[in-house]
Amino acid sequence: MALNQTLRPGLIQLRVLDLDKTLDFYKNVLGLDEVARTSDGRVCLKTYDEFDHHSVTLRLADEAGLDSVAFKVDSEETLDKMARETEAFGYPVEEVPANSDQPGFGRRIRFKISTGHTFELYATVDLAEKHPGLKNPDIWNEPPRGMGVIRLDHFLLYGPNIAEAERFCTDVLKMYVPEVCNLPDGNRLATWITGNNKPHDLAFVEYPKPGKIHHVGFLLQDWNHVGQAADLIAINRLKKDIGPTRHAITRGQTIYFWEPSGNRIEVYAGGYTASPDNPQRVWDSDHLGRGLFYYEGEMIPSFLEIVT
Amino acid sequence: METPACYRITLASGETFPYKAEDESVLAAMRRANAGPIKSGCFGGGCGICKMRVASGSYRSFKPMSRAHVSEQDRANGIVLLCCIRPTSDLTLAPADDT
Repeated sequence: MALNQTLRPGLIQLRVLDLDKTLDFYKNVLGLDEVARTSDGRVCLKTYDEFDHHSVTLRLADEAGLDSVAFKVDSEETLDKMARETEAFGYPVEEVPANSDQPGFGRRIRFKISTGHTFELYATVDLAEKHPGLKNPDIWNEPPRGMGVIRLDHFLLYGPNIAEAERFCTDVLKMYVPEVCNLPDGNRLATWITGNNKPHDLAFVEYPKPGKIHHVGFLLQDWNHVGQAADLIAINRLKKDIGPTRHAITRGQTIYFWEPSGNRIEVYAGGYTASPDNPQRVWDSDHLGRGLFYYEGEMIPSFLEIVT
Repeated sequence: METPACYRITLASGETFPYKAEDESVLAAMRRANAGPIKSGCFGGGCGICKMRVASGSYRSFKPMSRAHVSEQDRANGIVLLCCIRPTSDLTLAPADDT
């Protein structure tokens, strides 16, 4: 459903402090399937409803947080063009060979953006061994486990100079910006960016420390599944942050919590259908609390203060 | 059946709270007692919001703390994430930056 060359965020690599415990969460609570292990011990996973080889890689490390995010683009030609345009934008590009550190993935390009995050782009990836049916298909092949998340959906990144990061996403990745939040001086506090009809593929919040991640978002089917996710958070003694509630921004119905290594996860349903010809929605920063937490009507401090 | 150990944890302000359960973190006991200046976050050792210094007493860590928030030097100075430790004696806690 790409509207203009960048299809979606297709892969995220996260650092975890306790691989066994955290992997158990991703498999049995979130509901991902393990598809591969790398020679250096990283674990590759995907949702039951994704076609591509994998979408989440976990790496054991001595700190939690984000290694990199990767976006799938519509062709090798687009990948070459975006590599040139990324260099021209001012970000040096590194080539990552096919089937190297991410099994099943074709060649990727890698670069660091203004916010300190490592971005990657790729066009080619193997079809997963276990993928949704294609011929007279059923809705699933094996019953989804746990929260039964449908796809890796989006992420919220914290770092400096999000205005430049937003410009990179629009000018080079050909994405658009359905919603923004501005400070009284007119500068960006937050921006929601997409390459398709989802309300966001990624979002940024302005923050002095580079390279931070606020959360990774996974899609649920509907509001009932948000309730089931809340049940599973309680049953598994996970630490809930916020929700179940509704965002006015994106309109998503949502719950936030932390996985066992302290990376924040959002599982959500709904959200409006974005379109690049719609006018941009603009939030004043003193209304951001209500924009994020529509039922509470005010900011929840942990949302702005805690990142990994 | 073994009786759970009960320790008293004292903050720099003089405020104290008990630690009764053997299977929870100092942070969880602190939250339950509604004590202390510390905010809580991930309870997973990752976000660093519950960083404090153990000024006196003994403890053990039962899960890894993110190196981004607690360096080896910090550990040597008693800096901890309260969500990752359980006491093995009475404890006195101080702000992490008060070293």
